[in-house]
Amino acid sequence: MTTDRQDDVNSDISGLSRRDVLKGGTALGVLAVTGIDSHALAQIGNPSLPAAFRTEIEVSFRVNGDRSSLALDPRSSLLDVLRDQLGLTGAKKGCDHGQCGACTVHVDGRRVASCMTLAVQIDDLDITTIEGLSEGDDLHPMQQAFIDHDALQCGYCTPGQIMAGVACVREEHAGSPQQIREYMSGNLCRCGAYPGIVAAIADAARAMEG
Amino acid sequence: MKRFDYARPADLGSAIATLAAAGDGTRLVAGGTTLFDLMKLDVETPGRLVDINGLAELRGIDTGGDELRLGALVRMADAAEDTRLKADFPLLSEALWKAASQQLRNMASLGGNLLQRTRCAYFRHGEPFACNKRNPGSGCAAIDGANRSHAFFGGSDACVAAYPGDFAIALIAMDAVIDVEGAKGRRSLAIADLHRQPGARPHQDANLSPDEIIVQIRIPANSVGRASTYHKVRDRESYAFAVVSTAAAVRIEDGVVADVRIALGGVATVPWRARSAEQALIGRRLDAETAAEAGRIAFEGAAPLNHNSFKIELGANVVRDALIIAAGRA
Ligand SMILES: Cc1cc2nc3c(=O)[nH]c(=O)nc-3n(C[C@H](O)[C@H](O)[C@H](O)COP(=O)(O)OP(=O)(O)OC[C@H]3O[C@@H](n4cnc5c(N)ncnc54)[C@H](O)[C@@H]3O)c2cc1C
Ligand code: SF4
Ligand code: FES
Ligand code: FES
Repeated sequence: MTTDRQDDVNSDISGLSRRDVLKGGTALGVLAVTGIDSHALAQIGNPSLPAAFRTEIEVSFRVNGDRSSLALDPRSSLLDVLRDQLGLTGAKKGCDHGQCGACTVHVDGRRVASCMTLAVQIDDLDITTIEGLSEGDDLHPMQQAFIDHDALQCGYCTPGQIMAGVACVREEHAGSPQQIREYMSGNLCRCGAYPGIVAAIADAARAMEG
Repeated sequence: MKRFDYARPADLGSAIATLAAAGDGTRLVAGGTTLFDLMKLDVETPGRLVDINGLAELRGIDTGGDELRLGALVRMADAAEDTRLKADFPLLSEALWKAASQQLRNMASLGGNLLQRTRCAYFRHGEPFACNKRNPGSGCAAIDGANRSHAFFGGSDACVAAYPGDFAIALIAMDAVIDVEGAKGRRSLAIADLHRQPGARPHQDANLSPDEIIVQIRIPANSVGRASTYHKVRDRESYAFAVVSTAAAVRIEDGVVADVRIALGGVATVPWRARSAEQALIGRRLDAETAAEAGRIAFEGAAPLNHNSFKIELGANVVRDALIIAAGRA
């Protein structure tokens, strides 16, 4: 058993990724602060050692290309961090329970419900919000298509629809109106702008792929 | 939300040690789409969270050998798109992509999916409603309350909450096995033994101890999974829990049924295998008539509540249609 574990440690070390190194760095920092001696430090990476519980977590990530480092209460959702701490109010809070899609953002290119994402889980990841979609004054084809098709009324769901729509096209789930409706079903629109939304995504899919 | 402390162990051994050292009031978190949701509602109030997303041992899909292995941390969206799942077990892929939304499927893990908790509104809402699952001994507001979405199979006087998940329904039809590891080592259990009927202890959903971690799901290679479907009827076309669902798989030999699997969702407290309906089909031709008969048999013995008796007829039709769809894929 012990030798197996030892082997695991060795293979773990040889297979360390940049992210593991970064995480290791964080762990070392915490141990140093809590005053654990050098003998314990030598055991870092020993799989049978329990991980430390913390009340405040240092998290470092990129939002729309800009790096942020924050000390977070682990209760924070990614949505609340974006809106309340970083002033990025594009992602909306509709339900706060994963049910409406208004808070959709991309984490490492994948769409997620930011209200259901523990912000401490985005350490070292790349976040894209609606604020990061256009290139300067050049709108993203999905944004342009929503304007062209009048795909909104009040606009509250729109940032989430657009972020979900971009991901839907990139996932290759925008092949037909039927498939768009299925893969956009996590984004509700209280104003019922669905026909325009489906048409806008179909249009943007052509522009994005072309 | 109650305050909690957070730890992120780097591997399985460390995670088990972390759980063992932490004691009561500690929960694992993977995607968080069940747990964080219920913590916001103060239904779950852990004092410590152990984040298992760093555990490489729980990742990956592997088809080597005579079984399909799905790591507990594989995300629903990734498993749903897996070409081997689509080809050999269409019911598994379908059960995944017909669940939740793409945003949630990108976050949610397969292990967490199995252990998602009931959507019973009284359980989620909290006070002033009685709920034995949330608050043991307080009673059950659903038994005489609004129980359209509750279970008529596997309930007790203490709780009739339906098991809400889709994937486990498809897995039980494929006789999947779950590998778990905890302080006392590794063990395997049939998916049919993972979930608990409420009995007198509805607060305990699963036959797992608090220090045990689901490592992977194993599906034995078989020849029945190819002609299969997960047929899910909802109150709206997409993005809703099942009103009634059926996982069906069938193998026809010489014009008659050689092997068939039927499992039901939306109507039972646990993933529900309809074995007598399966038995009734073996050795017979599968046609509209025998499929309908199997559907009726699947719902024999149901104990409907005030608002869900309509699911007996609806469910029989869903089973019938699922069998026809599955057979069409042979
Ligand atoms: C709006 C909405 C709609 C939904 N619709 C559907 C639907 O139609 N069909 C459906 O099936 N589901 C649906 N879901 C449920 C969703 O699929 C689950 O919430 C999700 O799969 C849980 O996975 P997770 O990784 O996020 O789990 P978490 O929330 O992280 O964990 C859930 C539970 O499992 C435990 N756990 C997690 N991983 C492990 C492990 N490896 N070992 C031991 N314990 C573990 C946790 O401690 C926790 O108790 C929906 C959810 C939402 C919010
Ligand atoms: S059915 Fe179960 S979960 Fe729902 S109120 Fe009754 S005890 Fe609670
Ligand atoms: S606010 Fe996140 S899904 Fe509604
Ligand atoms: S435009 Fe108003 S909610 Fe969609």
